Amino acid sequence: MPDTPDDLEPRVRRIISRWEHDPGALVQVLREVQEEFGYLPGPALTLVARLLRIPFSRARGVASFYSFLSDEPLGAYRVLFSDNITDRMAGSESLLEAMCYRLWAEPGKVSQDGLVSVARTSCTGMCDQGPALLVNGRAIPSLTSERVERICELILARTPVDEWPAEFFAVHDNVRRAGILLGHTQQPGDAIRAALQRGAAGWSEHAANERSWREAYVGAAQGPIATLEEIKRSNLRGRGGAGFTTGVKWEACRQATGLTRYVVCNADEGEPGTFKDRVLLTSHADLVFEGMTVAAYAIGASLGFLYLRGEYRYLLEPLEAALQRRRAANLLGNGICGQPGFDFDIRIHVGAGSYVCGEESALIESLEGKRGVPRNRPPYPVTNGYKQQPTIVNNVETLCATALIAVRGGDWYRSLGTLKSSGTKILSVAGDVARPGLYEYPFGVTLRQVLEECGAADTQAIQISGPSGVCVDANEFGRRIAFEDLPTAGAFTVFDASRDMFDVAHNYAQFFAHESCGFCTPCRVGTSMLVASMDKIRAGNGTQHDVGEIDRLNKVLLMSAHCGLGHTACNPILDTLKRFRPAYERKLRSLDFTPAFDLDGALHRARKMTGRDDADAHLEAHP
Amino acid sequence: MNERPSFLLDGAEVPFEPGQTVMQAALAAGRYIPHLCYHPEFTPHGSCKLCTARVNGRLMAACTTPAGIATEVESETEELNDLRRTLVQMLFAEGNHFCPSCEKSGNCVLQALGYDLGVMTAGFRHLFPDRPVDASHPEILLDFNRCILCELCVRAAREVDGKHVFSLAGRGLGKHLIVNAESGRLVDTDVKVTDKAVEVCPVGVILRKRVGFATPIGARRYDKSPISAQALADAPRPLERNHD
Repeated sequence: MPDTPDDLEPRVRRIISRWEHDPGALVQVLREVQEEFGYLPGPALTLVARLLRIPFSRARGVASFYSFLSDEPLGAYRVLFSDNITDRMAGSESLLEAMCYRLWAEPGKVSQDGLVSVARTSCTGMCDQGPALLVNGRAIPSLTSERVERICELILARTPVDEWPAEFFAVHDNVRRAGILLGHTQQPGDAIRAALQRGAAGWSEHAANERSWREAYVGAAQGPIATLEEIKRSNLRGRGGAGFTTGVKWEACRQATGLTRYVVCNADEGEPGTFKDRVLLTSHADLVFEGMTVAAYAIGASLGFLYLRGEYRYLLEPLEAALQRRRAANLLGNGICGQPGFDFDIRIHVGAGSYVCGEESALIESLEGKRGVPRNRPPYPVTNGYKQQPTIVNNVETLCATALIAVRGGDWYRSLGTLKSSGTKILSVAGDVARPGLYEYPFGVTLRQVLEECGAADTQAIQISGPSGVCVDANEFGRRIAFEDLPTAGAFTVFDASRDMFDVAHNYAQFFAHESCGFCTPCRVGTSMLVASMDKIRAGNGTQHDVGEIDRLNKVLLMSAHCGLGHTACNPILDTLKRFRPAYERKLRSLDFTPAFDLDGALHRARKMTGRDDADAHLEAHP
Repeated sequence: MNERPSFLLDGAEVPFEPGQTVMQAALAAGRYIPHLCYHPEFTPHGSCKLCTARVNGRLMAACTTPAGIATEVESETEELNDLRRTLVQMLFAEGNHFCPSCEKSGNCVLQALGYDLGVMTAGFRHLFPDRPVDASHPEILLDFNRCILCELCVRAAREVDGKHVFSLAGRGLGKHLIVNAESGRLVDTDVKVTDKAVEVCPVGVILRKRVGFATPIGARRYDKSPISAQALADAPRPLERNHD
């Protein structure tokens, strides 16, 4: 156990001062304390609780919720292998084994010399260039045996991660097919100016404060309302998976009563197999921020948050730099684009390893410095969101689309795609394909066309929208990506005929159990029971009874889980059972339950001892 | 004379007052909906899911659903009681519940619900978690083996005692109860044996020392009548004073 550093207190105090002693910033404070010391030393946690004036148990409760935070030392180097099925298919398990062997480490534990810990983590969003890992929070994709060997050498030589070869950390965009979004040519400020111009001319010089530009001054609401109308006319629907109509959400928030309003960009891209937001945040950050600013203008918000998943921590500095550039260009801050009272700024909140925080109300809890547990709804965030104020939470891709619509209008956007699904959708294509990466299509594209363009061969199945989506087989490749057929958050994971679909479902079941927040009984217990059933089948001890058990668990989760994680946790298993039953049956001991010995016969001795031979002393009634 | 708003619960009318939840209105009207993490004195949070009911066709936790949005509620159906039985089974399988040796036996809400709902077996493979007890406090024993994570002690401490003695840590199956002390031991907290949080535990986690097994079998709380009858007796009945 490393000694507590002598200068722990000033270092912790510096972090807390930077966050202005705000208990609402607890998750950020803990994350930075961990970056400072490599883990959360007990005295640091105590100090954090004291300085933020919160109970110690709350600090510990929050710290222990997020999988990247740890109150135990993790070694000078913390290696986390991405454990998505695509990483596994690309050989992550043997690379992990090789690393553990080389470093004398045991998976999930710190090596005896305290140098390194090697473990698995949920999908890190590098499925197009896996296998991937995180070392001290920094992403290294494209792992090969050679690269892993070099990483081991660097660790053994105790070379600081900052001095590792830069090419290790190179993450490629892999944009294979660009549409209106990935191929846009908008400049920073275009969308904001377009939105402002939609308002009536001539009133702006009179507006003097936030409220006047929004509503108090006659005509002041025209710009925001006109912008909102374009978003509504576009019929844009949320790109995070649920597909709620964006204009309706914005309008509900705009009309809700509150002291202030908030715009939140959900960049907690945790669905295994999805990585589009990574690229949007890397190469189109201005468009994301532009969309947030347009949203702020339309609903009347003065503060926004970008909730960046912890796995994308390496994007924090470039994103902060983009925000600084925008502030310097008067695209953020006070009086944006010279519009008096148009005040808006954006803060970045970095997550700490929790899939469930992608659920909007859990995300808000996390923003408030709490455990990321989904709230009871109603009320919804549009009326009671961040700090109980009206809040919109939108996906990264959705906000990018709104920036395009602000310039080119709702009718233009609606002319793309299908009747009920306007615009385009970015697919994160990975798995057994020749060209993994991003493919942007107008809605309505068939699965077959995507498969052809990404170079898939001998395809057995596609997991659409990740484990919480659906798994389709070859009979369904004529189906379309659209809200009216196959809605998706973007993951498009391809499995060829050589893959065992049972392994796919098993991996996904483990994912849900790992990411369950534990709030409600059905999900907390049920997801682990599912894994237990799958483990049993995999070990060759499964029977038809276990398949029945899975059905039973699914029913309970569907009926009573607190949020979408629990509702969808059985999907991958049920889908594969339905379509690839032989993959299961090959593993089952027998199709029906047949006990290994004569149960009634086993009672014979007891019957003799008790002198009983009545019907109740037999398992089945006497003839 | 004004018309009180109401909803139908299993076909019978249940009046409610603005701000009440389906559970509150039902209990006040003398109608029982099985529940575990709900307690009339604390803010409901809806984690155990035992009170799941069909509200206007949608499955929702009765304890957190505002009565105002309900028109028709179904609770006493075979489908829902099946669900409740399974949830109770899950809780039994998750922790280490050895009723015969537990001093809470006969006064335990989980056990009483099991009997009342007709749960005959645990139904799932037991997980047998490793949960050490905390006997550090001279007057109070904490046996985490029986914790069902209902958070009643967390809420009682916060809302009634004005303390933060109990809290939750971890996530998923690793979620567990902790106490507000760096040592992690109850003796180092500001808990008092008279605290509401100590009294409220529905199972055998938070126990006053030296008072166990005082009541003989047959005279314990749920020996006398099933929980469905007693929960009604406990519930506040604010509507009664309006009855003519």
